[in-house]
Amino acid sequence: MIRYTLRRLLTAIPTMLVIISLAFLLLHAAPGGPFDSDKPVTPAIKLNIERMYHLDEPLYKQYFRYLGNILRGDFGPSYQYRDTTVNGIIREGFPVDIVIGGVALLAALLIGLPIGIVAALRRNSAWDHVPMGLTMIGISVPVFVIGPILILLFAVTLHWLPAGGWDGSLPRVILPALALSAPYIAYVARLMRGSMGEVMNSPFILMARAKGVPEHTIVLRHAMKPALIPIVSFLGPAIAGVITGSIVIETVFGLPGIGRAFVDGALNRDYTVVLGVTVLYGALIVACNFLADLSYSVLDPKVRYR
Amino acid sequence: MSGSVVGKLDAAIVEHLSAPRGRSLWQDAFLRLRHNRAAMVAGTVLGTIVLAALIVPLISSYNYYTPQWALLDTAPTLHGGHIFGTDDLGRDLLVRVMWGCRISLMIGIVASLVSVIIGVTWGAVAGYVGGSIDSLMMRVVDILYAVPFIPFVIVLVVLFGRNIFLMFVAIGVVSWLDIARIVRGQTLSLRNKEFIEAARAAGVRGPSIVFRHLVPNLLGIVIIYATLTVPSVILFEAFLSFLGLGVQAPMTSLGVLVSDGAGELQSYPYLLLIPAAFLALIVYCLNFLGDGLCEALDPKDR
Repeated sequence: MIRYTLRRLLTAIPTMLVIISLAFLLLHAAPGGPFDSDKPVTPAIKLNIERMYHLDEPLYKQYFRYLGNILRGDFGPSYQYRDTTVNGIIREGFPVDIVIGGVALLAALLIGLPIGIVAALRRNSAWDHVPMGLTMIGISVPVFVIGPILILLFAVTLHWLPAGGWDGSLPRVILPALALSAPYIAYVARLMRGSMGEVMNSPFILMARAKGVPEHTIVLRHAMKPALIPIVSFLGPAIAGVITGSIVIETVFGLPGIGRAFVDGALNRDYTVVLGVTVLYGALIVACNFLADLSYSVLDPKVRYR
Repeated sequence: MSGSVVGKLDAAIVEHLSAPRGRSLWQDAFLRLRHNRAAMVAGTVLGTIVLAALIVPLISSYNYYTPQWALLDTAPTLHGGHIFGTDDLGRDLLVRVMWGCRISLMIGIVASLVSVIIGVTWGAVAGYVGGSIDSLMMRVVDILYAVPFIPFVIVLVVLFGRNIFLMFVAIGVVSWLDIARIVRGQTLSLRNKEFIEAARAAGVRGPSIVFRHLVPNLLGIVIIYATLTVPSVILFEAFLSFLGLGVQAPMTSLGVLVSDGAGELQSYPYLLLIPAAFLALIVYCLNFLGDGLCEALDPKDR
């Protein structure tokens, strides 16, 4: 177990290196630089600006300088906004994404799990088809359609919740989190339906029935834990997904997250912001996959890592 | 002379009738798919949309790009020729939605093809060759799994111009990983089967074994996966369009139409709801069709 953990941690290093290098090279291979401008700038001034940001150095020097800075936790200055750093942008925006993503994931579990369980227990009945068909809407309709419809319904028509903006209070979290969770409700419900169905057919459930254990105890106490294993391993990619996927949500609801900063950065060739956010997303995905694999071994006694 | 021909025919018919008729995997699957009502309905709806998308722009008297300044934002109506109404430049929404379906389906299909070709080749080669090459190739897949792919496609599209072709490639290149993993797993279980052994004994070379003998046997799972990749690509295109990175005006796609309509939801809801309905219908149907194919081709359910 400890050796497996260590080995997994070690493989995270080359993975991160590949992500950083890919992003770095891609951005530097792109046509156009961050300080290209429509207005003519004298070459001397441009050179000075580039020297200030070390953009005049050979590529490999810039690369190793960047690696060194990342190791020290410094993502560099923003090329676009003179008064802030990438660290500052992340520090301001990331908490917003974490709150929205966390609430969205919670909603996905709270809504998706019961739907999946009931669908598995009442397979091929209306209890299966109707809710499962409804959750499919979450997969088929883009988030940026669900978002405005939710706003129109709950904010404009019913006046129950604010339409957008951000102050960290719960009412402003609910709508964006709900819109973000729609596809994940569907994924969770589908996964749970499948795994619950499989578990309920296994011998130890038959054994429990034969002993006369009441049905709800069988479902909640015996079948629940093994049935949750695929959900737990899905949570890894899902956490990464809700956080990177919040780019659209931020635009629809006018939230100050890093997704919006990322897209703006890409459009303005703000290399350091794009790089920093990409590296952060990559680290997040690596960490989530790692945790998902570890939790696998804790939850499932059949999985033993060498 | 004619008698001998008839005699041969008779013999053929007799042989045909007496031989036990085996059903191939595909006939079997097709029969089962036909009994799956959800999948059949999905297939029919999808076929209708495809047909309409192909035909309507040809026979309509409107095109997707000419503005009609006298007819801005007219609501859907049965008289007057604009069944779905017109958009903010007075262009016929029906024709634009049909063009959107064309483009979105095309992007979905081409990008899925790209990812299937890369994924199947990668997975089949890794699984067949095995050993250290296999583990190296799968390591690469593991690493690429951790690449945050939404940001990467955004960067690709922003930096290297916004043409449709690049979008196919960008989406295709990042979505082959799942297919590669699945194909590798299947290849591992197939490569020690007798028919591969026989091919090898007969002196067939490695590449031929992979593409002539292995890949056809993986087709079922690949088709299922491709059917499920198309809707996710269509949604991803919509997502890029929403960020302003998709198909460029005046050409349109369902994603462009939906994201344009989302801004005018309050005043002209039909501009959002009609294209959104087509988008959702296509994605919904493809998902059901994929699930149906999955059940039809999965030997576990027999």
